[in-house]
Amino acid sequence: MKFGVISFPGSCDDVDARKACERVGEAVALWHADHDLAGVDVVVIPGGFSYGDYLRAGAIARFAPIMTEVIEFARQGGYVMGICNGFQVCCEAGLLPGALLTNVARRFVCRQVTLELVNAETPFTRGLDPEELLSIPVKHTTGRYYAPPELLARLHAGGQVVLRYAPGENPNGSLDDIAGVINEQGNVFGLMPHPEHAVDMLTGSADGLGLFRSLAGALV
Amino acid sequence: MARALPALGFDGVSDVRVGRLIELEVSDPARLPEMCERLLANPLIEDYEVLVERDGGG
Amino acid sequence: MNEAAADGRQRAISLGLTAHEYELIIERLGREPSEVELAMFSLLWSEHCSYKHSKLLLRTLPSEGPRLVLGPGENAGAVDVGGGLAVAFKVESHNHPSAVEPFQGAATGVGGILRDIFAVGARPIAILDSLRFGEPASERSRYLLDRAVAGIGHYGNSIGVPTVGGEIYFEAPYEHNCLINAMCVGLIETERLIRSAASGPGNLLVLFGAATGRDGIGGASVLASAELGEGDEAKRPSVQIGDPFAEKKLMECSLELLERGLLVALQDLGAAGLTSAACEMASRGGVGIDIDVACVPLREPGMEPFEIMVSESQERMLCVIEPSQLDAVVAVCEHWETAVAPIGEVTAGGIVRVLDGNRVLGEMAVSALVDDCPLYELQPQAPAQPLYAPPERVIASEDPGEALLALLASPNIADRRPLFEQYDSIVQSRTVRRPGQADAAVLALPPREGQTPGIAISIDGNGRRVAADPYRGTIEAVLECAANLACVGAEPLGLTNCLNFGNPEKPHVAWQLCESVRGLGDACRALAIPVVGGNVSLYNEGAEGPIYPTPVIGLVGELPDVHRAGRLGFRTEGDRIALVGDFAPDIRGSELARLGGTELPHALAEIHIARVAATHRAVRDAVRSGAIVSAHDIAEGGLATALAECCLAGGLGAEVVLEETVKPLRALFGEGPGGFLVTGGDAELRALGEHITLRILGSVGGNQLTIIAGEARVEVTLELLREAHGSLAALFD
Repeated sequence: MKFGVISFPGSCDDVDARKACERVGEAVALWHADHDLAGVDVVVIPGGFSYGDYLRAGAIARFAPIMTEVIEFARQGGYVMGICNGFQVCCEAGLLPGALLTNVARRFVCRQVTLELVNAETPFTRGLDPEELLSIPVKHTTGRYYAPPELLARLHAGGQVVLRYAPGENPNGSLDDIAGVINEQGNVFGLMPHPEHAVDMLTGSADGLGLFRSLAGALV
Repeated sequence: MARALPALGFDGVSDVRVGRLIELEVSDPARLPEMCERLLANPLIEDYEVLVERDGGG
Repeated sequence: MNEAAADGRQRAISLGLTAHEYELIIERLGREPSEVELAMFSLLWSEHCSYKHSKLLLRTLPSEGPRLVLGPGENAGAVDVGGGLAVAFKVESHNHPSAVEPFQGAATGVGGILRDIFAVGARPIAILDSLRFGEPASERSRYLLDRAVAGIGHYGNSIGVPTVGGEIYFEAPYEHNCLINAMCVGLIETERLIRSAASGPGNLLVLFGAATGRDGIGGASVLASAELGEGDEAKRPSVQIGDPFAEKKLMECSLELLERGLLVALQDLGAAGLTSAACEMASRGGVGIDIDVACVPLREPGMEPFEIMVSESQERMLCVIEPSQLDAVVAVCEHWETAVAPIGEVTAGGIVRVLDGNRVLGEMAVSALVDDCPLYELQPQAPAQPLYAPPERVIASEDPGEALLALLASPNIADRRPLFEQYDSIVQSRTVRRPGQADAAVLALPPREGQTPGIAISIDGNGRRVAADPYRGTIEAVLECAANLACVGAEPLGLTNCLNFGNPEKPHVAWQLCESVRGLGDACRALAIPVVGGNVSLYNEGAEGPIYPTPVIGLVGELPDVHRAGRLGFRTEGDRIALVGDFAPDIRGSELARLGGTELPHALAEIHIARVAATHRAVRDAVRSGAIVSAHDIAEGGLATALAECCLAGGLGAEVVLEETVKPLRALFGEGPGGFLVTGGDAELRALGEHITLRILGSVGGNQLTIIAGEARVEVTLELLREAHGSLAALFD
């Protein structure tokens, strides 16, 4: 299983994401200015402040040269995982529905949160126990998921809501406590929590490893 | 902001909304709405308004 | 003196120099200085750059040790952490700018200390901050707090370096002079450490990073008023604005340049910009330097040469390279979207020349600017009267339960979660103990020989206790910091300090400074911890008087196995709780005394450093061996507060009985160094008690905290404790 983690100017968690992917497969760095996806099986768009969050979080990154390749890759069914800033980039690029707004408290929040698995059938979550709660950290200022009412209803009906903050754990005011969503095709997944920071008990939790493992299993 | 202003001694501030002002010099103002739709604003979550100021120098 | 000379002297004085210093400049140059030369002298001879009132004192501090690999005098100090690796670290202040613009002041403070770390070639891996504000009742202090925390978060989070610890105090003497001290820690292979000494006549001086504008020129003494024309809007100086995005690119660019071996020397631009960076590089290398201001990339048109030389625009670095490497350097800078420009050359002969194309605007001996700056002996004199008004009385009751809740709710003790949750404490995946989990931050180092070693970091300094007794109070600050490291199982390797004081020209402040540095030196020698570097911030005072003398101590220590890093919270019902150490609590100078409106004591109790150090070792070894389950040192609020903190961190209650029956309030809330609360099994604790003073107090369990001390009884539910402890959240709503 070959993972490709994109680095934009300003990406912060790219190295962390690569290290997490290396625990279940091969991981390479992809440069924003290139047009080459190096034959990877999964593209990971990591967290950080790509382009300094100028204009809007993810708004400029989505036009980076590499994104032309990523959008085509996704169109053809390739797997894409957008984490935090990566989730924002995917929404801006139209790879995922909805948008991320500023947290209700209007502040950056870094906190370990508990997540519920809403859809355990996706390639990203298939390897997880559907009853299990996941302890994974969030760290963002702009993580409040929003979709207009009609779209929101369709997402729920279509099983596109994948992860949800457990009751009382919503750190940003996301509608319906939504923490992660998948596209209609089922190959692009975006989430605000950082699974790459939950792959080792030493640093807090290993609950995020399952998301990477599921993908590794998805190609078999 | 509504709290910071009184801290600096400015009273009587009741409502604050923050937006973005982007100034561009363009050769073709007709393309501005498209620029807004595609990049400058995210229509899903933002409104925008285009104001064209003619260049007096011609 | 003729008219022209009198003019020159007048200008010098308006730039912050004394008449005598002006005479010395004329003597050094053999003539009157030009406009550019005078500007450069006024900055390099300012307190901030020259340390002229503190340098003689700082030379008394110990700065040698077997683990020291880079000592004071460089951009940062560094210690050996084994495995071919070194940890570079330093703390710096950004107090005055933060009082004016707290968000950008705090942000650029972080930016500056980050640059100091990657200037020696180390990759920044952690940030800590030490803050002081007036009481939260003051709207202005709440505003400064809110903006400063946001600024630190903004810069650290954006650049991808975790903020893993810190401390904050709210006391009236800081109301008009807040303190923002930022500490940074970086990691590097020891043999790659780079110094800042310029060398090799003919080598190029290259500036890279952001363009140069008028940032901070108003802050550099009174240059603005001396040079601004009437209504000359375009020349108005602006506040330094930090851009963490630009700094991230600058950092990666610098680290890659170093990795490729392209640099002879590296220096960051901070206070006094190009002037101090270039002159310090030349001074350390014993060489001269030519700078052509016409080559400096500018952000604004029409900047004067002196402005270019003194601009404090952020996110810029200066390096010395061999001319043959220029193309390679440019290529790396382009990859990282960082502007780069050769602006000068290293010369033999020790002269700094400032050129504008072909015109020579200034020509001075480097030694005159840097090494020969006059140093001043302080004139210390112990104050005849108290310097500080007693704090406002907050509590009246003597009921111990109410006292405990008041302490937990007091701003100096309450839960700091609303602050530290605004910081990314986990990026880079090294953080083993996050804020709130243990008494010090713990980061993992690369595994070696089957183990995962780590470093621990803490920053501490109780200004009020230093005000009561500058000598003993400073020793306490060092001991407190070392105690925090012991609680996670770490041994201190090196110390950095920021000395925040009032006006040293006043004898009572000079006395505070001398006594504090004396205490710092004695503590470091007793604990065998070298000072690797630091910072001094003076003149923190206003009409109301000086701030509390506030030496802020930063320690970095090592632990052999991060899996055994200590935690502060109680873990399991039934664990036994013990008080370790020769703890001699004293109400005088305590947080309880503060809440009661008591004025500062005239001195603090004597400290037996050797015994405290022995206790540190015992706790450290017990944590490392896994013999104890949790460890927390007793600090502000005394024993009862420490117990409550352990309960809250673990989500478990406790029941303990104290031996002291005569003065229960002192036993519960008195403060002093050398006391620890540890938990573990009965047998393990008794074994520990054979090496060090230890008293088993009780057990972990239930959902309330019960403390019995003679007739006094504290009985508070976890819920009430938590409610009191959460008082700071309201400041961020």
